[in-house]
Amino acid sequence: MKGVGTLASLNMTPELLKEMYYTMALSRALDDRMWILNRQGRAPVVYSANGHEAVQVGAAMALNRGEDWIVPYYRDLAMVLAYGMTPREVMLHLLGRADDPNSGGRQMPAHWGLKRRHILTTGSVVATQDVHAAGLALASKVLKDGRVSMASFGEGSTSQGEFHEALNFAAVHKLPVIFLNENNGYAISVPARKQMAIMDVAARAQGYGMPGVIVDGNDPVKVYEVTREAADRARRGEGPTLIEAKTYRFVPHSSDDDDRAYRSREEVAEWKKRDPVITFEKRLLDEKVMTEEELKAFQQRIKDEVNDATEYAEKAPLPDPATLWQHVYAD
Amino acid sequence: MAVMSYLEAIRETLRQEMRHDERIIIYGEDVGVRGGVFRVTEGLQKEFGEDRVIDSPLAEAAIVGTAIGAAVNGLRPVPEIQFADFIFPAINQIVQEAARIRYRSNGAFGVPLVIRAPFGGGVHGALYHSQSVEAFFAHVPGLKVVIPSTPYDAKGLLAAAIQDEDPVLYFEHKAAYRSIKGEVPDERYLIPIGKADLKRTGKDVSIITYGLMVNYALKAAETLEKEGISVEILDLRSIRPLDVEMILETAKRTGKVLIVHEDNLTGGIGGEVSALIAEHALFHLDAPIMRLAGPDVPAMPYSPPLEHAFMVTSDKITEAARKLAKF
Repeated sequence: MKGVGTLASLNMTPELLKEMYYTMALSRALDDRMWILNRQGRAPVVYSANGHEAVQVGAAMALNRGEDWIVPYYRDLAMVLAYGMTPREVMLHLLGRADDPNSGGRQMPAHWGLKRRHILTTGSVVATQDVHAAGLALASKVLKDGRVSMASFGEGSTSQGEFHEALNFAAVHKLPVIFLNENNGYAISVPARKQMAIMDVAARAQGYGMPGVIVDGNDPVKVYEVTREAADRARRGEGPTLIEAKTYRFVPHSSDDDDRAYRSREEVAEWKKRDPVITFEKRLLDEKVMTEEELKAFQQRIKDEVNDATEYAEKAPLPDPATLWQHVYAD
Repeated sequence: MAVMSYLEAIRETLRQEMRHDERIIIYGEDVGVRGGVFRVTEGLQKEFGEDRVIDSPLAEAAIVGTAIGAAVNGLRPVPEIQFADFIFPAINQIVQEAARIRYRSNGAFGVPLVIRAPFGGGVHGALYHSQSVEAFFAHVPGLKVVIPSTPYDAKGLLAAAIQDEDPVLYFEHKAAYRSIKGEVPDERYLIPIGKADLKRTGKDVSIITYGLMVNYALKAAETLEKEGISVEILDLRSIRPLDVEMILETAKRTGKVLIVHEDNLTGGIGGEVSALIAEHALFHLDAPIMRLAGPDVPAMPYSPPLEHAFMVTSDKITEAARKLAKF
């Protein structure tokens, strides 16, 4: 008999759980490498997923990956990896290489977009992606293609009008869309209490007529379950869901930020006790979903993948200046 | 071939294209049950249903932003912004999203989207129901800006805009809606975006303009003809892209150029057209380039004498062209 609250009690295969862990750990390792490249002067800027891996992987894996649309934001490295972007592609993007499939070296790092996997290209003005996700879902409703769309965003962006416009539009038209808030408590330096006079982003949902769900963002399984439920609800034609995953970022906003100016080291240390990569690793080992041998093999594979991606991208050609003029219009 | 108003030509083109392509959807404020505040979309919801002609929430950024998503996921959205003056809440979605998605994704994604919006004054619309906003968008690579002058062009250009793979702003002068009539063929046809139309040939002065002003310029040309002044008129049809070749040809032919638009003078498309002529046809000119445009005041006032003082009229065009001819 399956124990209550154990991984074995879930409707998830060990393979899925291990893939979840692998993707989270891969994201963390790639992230760490990107910071090293930045500090060595080899990568101009880094935006990190460090600390958010559980939300991103849990949510992405609950979707029909590569078919359902995601519209991520700059924090979503682990999400795009879970959605099928390769480490090589991530590094090509970081280093502005010609073969960067996100943008051909045009966009700053962490501006994801991969047509092959249904990751919509994103800009820098926050919350613009929320209405795009609603629009993708509008088309799915009209075309009856069975797809769900998901926008993800930080809590700071929920102060923007387009966040509210997107939720309202999606709820009125019962669109198959999920709004995933990765609430890490800070918009660069500004704490959540200065973004909103309420405790929870999820409370907004009621005002728009959709479910608002709060979930532990450091538990990938819980995020997976609530996202799965939201996706099922969307596919049944019952409309959108707002999910608020409470989490924390362990590093500054970007490689140009210094978070010591606005967060105590004690606060960071407290959250690090619940590091999602470490706690999930322990859980998989404790509950014997993953063996020590498997973990060692994963760690070796991750190291190899990160090294390969770095070397591959550094050797890859930069864009030809003549391509500056390409793709302004279709013709 | 039927005689139609400018407004009817737009409506019938929407109908014809929607019958032909199921991916086309229309949405915006009041476009469904009411058929739009100007009745442009009247009857379309009845024919195509609530899934394809949608009364959306009153939020312009969401209208354009969701249209971008819908376009990426396989539809051909033709959203309406109820008045061009109300487009500004959506400007980030138009300029930084729709216009840049192809470029920033290195050609992976495109946004086939037509944003229709009535613009222009002379209908007692005051500051926020009269504006000409086209120059803001003509500045943006990645967008196309189309402004038809006749029912015939309204049809061919709208069909071309809908079939275009890139975002097109399609501005309809609201004073033209019912006042401008003309023959419109029943069958589908396209007018390529970026091709200007020589409405009239002449030898003394070239008037370069677009939209409703083309009609005013034609009237001015008739008056001037009686005075022995021969006027050539070039209808730009789109202000991005501009038909540089035809602009330079007419400038070289007459040597005297008057550029007319209702949009205010500074930063208007007249400045760009002037610069092109100055750069490429200066030594063909017999007089300085002249511009006649809306005044540089924040927007059109309401009270009739103030509104009239703002408007560019046939009389003002006649006077300017006469002065230029005599230079």
